Amino acid sequence: MSASSGTAPSGTRAAGLRIVGGSAVRTLVLAALLSAATDLSGLGLLATATWLISRAAQRPPIVALTVAIVAVRALAIGKGTLRYLERLAGHDAALRVLARLRTRVYAKLSRDAGRLPRGDLLARLVSDVDSVQDLLLRCAIPAAVAGVVTVVTVGFTAAFSGPAALLLAAGLLTAGLALPALAFRLADRAAARIAEVRGRYLAASVDVLAGAADLAVFGATGSALAGAAGQATALARLERRAGAVGAATGAVGALIPGATAIGVFAVTVRGGPSVMVAVLSLLALAAVEAVLPLTGAAVRYAELRGAWRRIRPLLAADSPAPPDPAPAPLPAPLAGDGADRDGAARDGAARGGADRGGADEGGADRGGADRDGADVGSRRVADAPVPAIAARRIEVRYPGVAVPALSGIDLDLSPGRRVAVVGPSGAGKSTLLGVLVGQLRPTAGRLLVDGVTLTSPRSGVADSPTEPDGLGWPRSGGVLADGYVFHASVRENLTLGRTGFDDPALGRALTDAGLPDWAGRLDDLIGEDGATLSGGQRQRLLLARALLDPPPVLVLDEPTEGLDPAAADAVLADVLRVTAGHTVVMVTHRLVDLRAFDEIVVLVDGRIAQRGGHDALLARPGWYSTWTGIREVPDSAIGSGVGR
Amino acid sequence: MRLPGLRTYFVAVTGSGVLAAILVVAQASALSQLIAAGVSGRLDRGALVATAVVIALRAAHHAAQGVLAARAAANVKAGLRERLLAAVSDRGPGWLAGQRAGELATLVGRGVDALDNYLIGYLPTLVLGVTVPVAVLARLAFGDRTSALVITLTLPLIPIFAILVGWHTRTRTERQWRLLSRLGGHFLDMLSGMSTLRAFGRARAQIDVVRGMAEKYRGATMATLRVAFLSALVLELVATVSVALVAVPVGLRLLDGRVTLPVALLVLLLAPEAYAPLRAAGAQFHASQEGLAAATDAFALLESSEPGRQARVARVTARVPDPGAVELVFDRVTAGYGDSPVLCEASFTVPAGERVALVGPSGAGKSTVLALLLGFIEPEHGRILAGGVDLSTVDLAAWRARLAWVPQRPHLFAASVLDNIRLGAPDASVEAVETAARAAQAHGFVGALPDGYATVLGERGYGLSSGQRQRLALARAYLRGDASLLLFDEPTARLDSASEAAVLAAAATLARDRTALLVAHRPALVATADRILWVAGGTVREETAGDGGGTLVADRTLIRVEGSGAA
Repeated sequence: MSASSGTAPSGTRAAGLRIVGGSAVRTLVLAALLSAATDLSGLGLLATATWLISRAAQRPPIVALTVAIVAVRALAIGKGTLRYLERLAGHDAALRVLARLRTRVYAKLSRDAGRLPRGDLLARLVSDVDSVQDLLLRCAIPAAVAGVVTVVTVGFTAAFSGPAALLLAAGLLTAGLALPALAFRLADRAAARIAEVRGRYLAASVDVLAGAADLAVFGATGSALAGAAGQATALARLERRAGAVGAATGAVGALIPGATAIGVFAVTVRGGPSVMVAVLSLLALAAVEAVLPLTGAAVRYAELRGAWRRIRPLLAADSPAPPDPAPAPLPAPLAGDGADRDGAARDGAARGGADRGGADEGGADRGGADRDGADVGSRRVADAPVPAIAARRIEVRYPGVAVPALSGIDLDLSPGRRVAVVGPSGAGKSTLLGVLVGQLRPTAGRLLVDGVTLTSPRSGVADSPTEPDGLGWPRSGGVLADGYVFHASVRENLTLGRTGFDDPALGRALTDAGLPDWAGRLDDLIGEDGATLSGGQRQRLLLARALLDPPPVLVLDEPTEGLDPAAADAVLADVLRVTAGHTVVMVTHRLVDLRAFDEIVVLVDGRIAQRGGHDALLARPGWYSTWTGIREVPDSAIGSGVGR
Repeated sequence: MRLPGLRTYFVAVTGSGVLAAILVVAQASALSQLIAAGVSGRLDRGALVATAVVIALRAAHHAAQGVLAARAAANVKAGLRERLLAAVSDRGPGWLAGQRAGELATLVGRGVDALDNYLIGYLPTLVLGVTVPVAVLARLAFGDRTSALVITLTLPLIPIFAILVGWHTRTRTERQWRLLSRLGGHFLDMLSGMSTLRAFGRARAQIDVVRGMAEKYRGATMATLRVAFLSALVLELVATVSVALVAVPVGLRLLDGRVTLPVALLVLLLAPEAYAPLRAAGAQFHASQEGLAAATDAFALLESSEPGRQARVARVTARVPDPGAVELVFDRVTAGYGDSPVLCEASFTVPAGERVALVGPSGAGKSTVLALLLGFIEPEHGRILAGGVDLSTVDLAAWRARLAWVPQRPHLFAASVLDNIRLGAPDASVEAVETAARAAQAHGFVGALPDGYATVLGERGYGLSSGQRQRLALARAYLRGDASLLLFDEPTARLDSASEAAVLAAAATLARDRTALLVAHRPALVATADRILWVAGGTVREETAGDGGGTLVADRTLIRVEGSGAA
């Protein structure tokens, strides 16, 4: 890559390549060398053929030409073959870099404390990473090749004529450095504006498409279409202008090879009759033509630079774990606050090593004889200690919201306890689950595990399927509101790469979750985020995933949403049977038959309004007795109505 | 390709291609004269001037061609975009509901942009692939027939080999593409599901999977490319070997004086030019295919006409009844999206001024009833009568103008809160908008937004919670003063209990003296209704819950009374 430094603005690229790693850089250098060799064979072919013809015109004995004849043929075949190898090597190198980048970006995000990008921004991140391929194939390698071509052709010319070499160098630098720099500057400004207007056009077209119903009913389709057309016209205007600028620089570029060739001809012809007049002139023409594509590369670089800038922070060396152990003022997602697992573990050790020892002991003696008996229908529960969890005066505030999402929450989850969380939408039910699994950091209050206060956030990197993560956090999880269905087989969606589950185990999990038919379709592919699934199927698949190896503390956010009442009741009964012995916290909107739960917690506006068993709550006036059963009125009425 | 403006562009590109070919031949002729003289130490001033002039002309032509192509591509794309969005809107929300809005947005965005490769890159190069070889051969026919013959014989090898290699590798390549697209999408999939992986403690374990899949992607791509680049290899070899095939014999014929040096140099300069455009076209072929694929999708969308819609325009005869002042009758209506009907022979009546709650399990057809009244879909069988007038014969826009609709998921437009609220009444004053927002319990949170009513919403703008969206949609409905039929699709589904009560009060005020159909799950909403319609199993049953919803809540039981028009 050393050659590239002289021919293009490549400082950031060089830095990026260091990040990307050694083996990929070696393949890249190989690709650049092959590419340079291809170009040089082409130039050599032209120079040799020119020499052959010009010399032949002087009618020498044929022996004088044999070497040239062989060289022409060899270079002709060599160029074609080299071109093939060069393209393969270039793509291989780019894909190697892409593989490394994807791994690094994923690894970085998997332990990043920040919010995960979503939707639009996530798609942009992925395309940003992918665009590195283009950056290498269309910008970096051509720049390196241009450097090699410049050095070799100027050196060759200098051996015959100093002034011609100077002229050639001037032509090459103009075409390979000055013009690309100019094109870059012009395109950089235009690219930013075009990207902005294109974004506005896309927003307008999404409004027309996704908001079609609203527009139609409110009679605003026409004006929305006109707005989108206006943005498209503005975009076209910018594209036309950028095209004109590009054509102008292209025209200047088209002048340079000819001008250089004429200049080289003019200085060499003064030296009297010589074959080299022809060779050097035509070589100059072809060499300058060979570096002209750099203008296009510079334009491309201007377009890709934004992408590269956006992903560079993700490639930076991991920063050390933030030292602040105090609860953050805002409920930032905790996952992976530590930059890496060791760093997070160090924090934990520094703050409460002794406590953690206690926690481990607490975990070790949790097994009760009665639970072993209850475990018949469950899977693997014996492997996992079920800890006692207690929440004390938990409060969660979201940024910029005056009213806390949760406040004063006390909750006791002794091993094996079943708690249902009910209440109106927006009461903080999902937030409570987020706190229990360590996705959200409470802004006040304490969480205790086996009597020990958790002082450090849950590390998002705890990967051991059976052990706590070293910070005292119990293994917890289940069906969460943001559960994702992968574009993969049913099997992969259930196991998430966890090993040790045979087909019958997977089948049981599916059956328990109300998807018995799927047991025979383990290797069927599921669409992106479950696009081919109905809402109910999606929810049941997420439930099956949670039931496959239920963690000691299982949280379920509306696991039966989208199911008809009868199916929902059956699935719920199965879930409770299978998870006997586990601590279960379930958020539900269905207020029917919650007798199976040890405690029902009614959340209203972030506070616990009522709590107790089903019968006790029903006997007291309050939210629960007012609303239980009512929610189901339509469903139950339909049930009877259909049977009529 | 039937793109607007494309024909003119094609004619212009052809003219430009002919000119380019003439200039290529002219430059080679002048340059070979100049250099042949130079080898013997002479400076041919005439040839020098000619060479310089031709070089300048080529630069000017380059500029003109670039401007022409950029203009044409930009205009064609803008025109296509306008027609696409118009065609999609023309089909209406009922059709769109069955489509993936994301795919359509990609088509009008990136898909149309991909036409650049075809219009600016491939098409002009393809034209050059015809004009330049013809010009070169014509010139050489007057200079060196032998070389012209060699080029004539080898030139067709390029397309022939391209087709043969493409043919041979097509099935294999196609099989690979599907694998490639899945492997390529894996990274996005993993990032999308990151929070799930974290919850299951699998995020770190998947790093190796991401690495493995990226490596697999590389392997599969390289396997595809090794085959795909074979055609490039063949084309390159044909071109370079042909140059050698021309140059060496010409050199040998120079030895015994059968050709002159200027002619020999001309052959050397022109021979590669004959092959260059065809090779370039081959290289740009794949890039242009993406644009062509997008164009094919676009034409499929533009061309398949919507017979139902045209028939509707022809049918419109009746004057538009006031929807709130007349009786609405569903007469054995069968309707749905796609193949399977959601409603089956459903019949019911809504008298003027009544507030009716539609209840039933999800997917049973509650929203379909609203979609029929909104004109998003039409009954496959049966009729909907408004005051005795068949709804399929009224002017849809005028009918909709009398409706107020609060959908399940109102769309936030990339515009200010103000413009989002006055969607149906763009001329409404700021005061009117604020009044509507107050009535919809939206004024409070709007005031707390960074720029108040001027805050820009939408995907890239400020996001609102579901409840807040719902209240904006209610404000939209409020601003439609002359709407007489209210269609609410679970307007309080995502509201907390405090705002639910407030919104219900607001909705009750709005519904006064108007007919209202409310899709409802929540008891509080059901309680505001005069009557309840059960939607289940494809039919709609009329039920009266005693003394309105109040009894329903108090007794937690239903008093079933046969409705007047029960199925």
